[in-house]
Amino acid sequence: MSKKTFYMTKKSNFLTLIMIVLSTYFIVPLFWVIAASTKNTNDIFSTFGLWFAKSWHLWSNLKAVFTSDNGIYKLWLMNSLIYSISGAIGAALLCTLAGYGFAKYQFAGSKAIFRTVLGAVMIPSAALSIPTFIIFSKLGLVNTRWAVILPSLVSPLGVYLMKVYSDTSIPNNMIEAARIDGATEFKIFRTISLRMLMPGFITVLLLSIVGIWNNFFLPLIMLSSTSLQPLTVGLSIWYGRIAGGGSGRDANFQAVVITSAAVSLIPLIIAFLFLQRYWENGLSLGAVKE
Amino acid sequence: MSASSLKSTKRTGLFFVLPFFLIFVLLLIVPLVYSGFISLYKKGLIGGNRYVGLQNYITMIHDPQWVSSVGRVFLYFFLQVPIMLLIAVIAALAIDSGKLRFPKFFRIAIFIPYAVPAIIGCIIWGYIYGKNYGFLNQLLGYLHIHHIDWWGSSTQALSSISGIVTWEFAGYNMIILYAALKGLSTELYEAAAVDGAGALKIALRIKLPQLYPAIFLTLIFSIIGSFQLFTEPQTLNLQAPTVLNNYFSPNVYAYSVAFQGQQLNYAATISFSLGLIIAFFAIIATLVGRRRGGDSLL
Repeated sequence: MSKKTFYMTKKSNFLTLIMIVLSTYFIVPLFWVIAASTKNTNDIFSTFGLWFAKSWHLWSNLKAVFTSDNGIYKLWLMNSLIYSISGAIGAALLCTLAGYGFAKYQFAGSKAIFRTVLGAVMIPSAALSIPTFIIFSKLGLVNTRWAVILPSLVSPLGVYLMKVYSDTSIPNNMIEAARIDGATEFKIFRTISLRMLMPGFITVLLLSIVGIWNNFFLPLIMLSSTSLQPLTVGLSIWYGRIAGGGSGRDANFQAVVITSAAVSLIPLIIAFLFLQRYWENGLSLGAVKE
Repeated sequence: MSASSLKSTKRTGLFFVLPFFLIFVLLLIVPLVYSGFISLYKKGLIGGNRYVGLQNYITMIHDPQWVSSVGRVFLYFFLQVPIMLLIAVIAALAIDSGKLRFPKFFRIAIFIPYAVPAIIGCIIWGYIYGKNYGFLNQLLGYLHIHHIDWWGSSTQALSSISGIVTWEFAGYNMIILYAALKGLSTELYEAAAVDGAGALKIALRIKLPQLYPAIFLTLIFSIIGSFQLFTEPQTLNLQAPTVLNNYFSPNVYAYSVAFQGQQLNYAATISFSLGLIIAFFAIIATLVGRRRGGDSLL
């Protein structure tokens, strides 16, 4: 029996029902925030959470998101893009070079260095943030964009993924053949290997983009200027304002915060849906057996 | 290949690794070592740091706020991780079983919260857990059940936070497990199916045992993640300032000691020892996982 016919077994309604119940837990909060982003603050609390209110406030909420505090939301969005794209491109390049180097060359100490890098996967970023802050403050890097970008460049897991990917996707005899033809090692990398490593590169790039985009602790401690903050810290500033009882200021501000949260979801959800192949690629490489 | 060109090839390998390795040393090894180093110093009264040996660590283990923060993340780990991994295992087995309708839909639906930044998850769940007008209490109201104060006690707050974090990460773990399932050879199940074994029996007797290495991998990631608990209590702290206090988790405590108390050496002590605690448990899980037929990452 082939895999295909094996999977043609009868579908189970009972199992499907269990999974429908389970997946409501994952979908309901997202549906709630979409519905809430179309309401004014009063309706958010007084109408049913999973349906739209009679009066429609999506457009005025959106306008308020992009104009409140002189349109600082646009700045936060821009900062998040700058940090995640520059940090992720840097990290993915470093990981690709290193992973390829570990997979295809043996040099003095290469095994020991690789083991160290692998062990570093277990070092929690939180243990590094405070000492990095102290070092950066001595170097005058605190409250600059570098303070967020530089620590994002280190991705031990990315090196591991690129090593596994290099091992499995580039045949050694192809490199040997190119060597016999007289190509230099860097030319082989640039013209042959890099192209074959592209799917792995994109996987590490995406994992890094999400990691940096979602990071909260690092920018929180490194940046003090509101104008340098990424979306995560920016939204927490707005959220703190309403939760702290800053009502009188602007009665509708809760709706603005909820709408800004909904808007912030869009880029990542689109990226996830369209690049699903690459996610699964990366996560499955992490679990692959050698 | 001649000996000299082999030697230059060896050096080339180093060049590929070098850029990453430099950044790795400067931004990971140096801060880690520096953190251990400054945890042995204390800010003097006149200014300047003086060497105090392990005094910061002794202060720390006698600090009731630190003790309670560490106890809480342990409780949180045992509360949250088993439920999350159970959901992930069930979902992965269900999607892989071939018995489920619309498997692709369920895979995306469960995975998508992972794309949501934790802070946004917190804002949404903050409204869902709201005391007076929150969505869950709204539902309870329709059923004429008394409202629940979701941040009423420390334990209640931990389970509410578990609800948020499980929502965020169950799908991530599910995808790792699902990928491992896809990598298994199907011959065994086919033989079992021919012998008349049902899908449930195949899932529990054949697939699950082969999934152990991947489950250990998700367990290690979960240890690292749950002991670092920060964003949720820090963000939602204004909902219940006395429960979600500034020593709710070791990371929240380190943050408040560093930036409200200005005691950087003590903060480094707390975060360095948190790193040690995490590494200790991650290594134990690794060793147990290896005995169970370990994964390449282990």
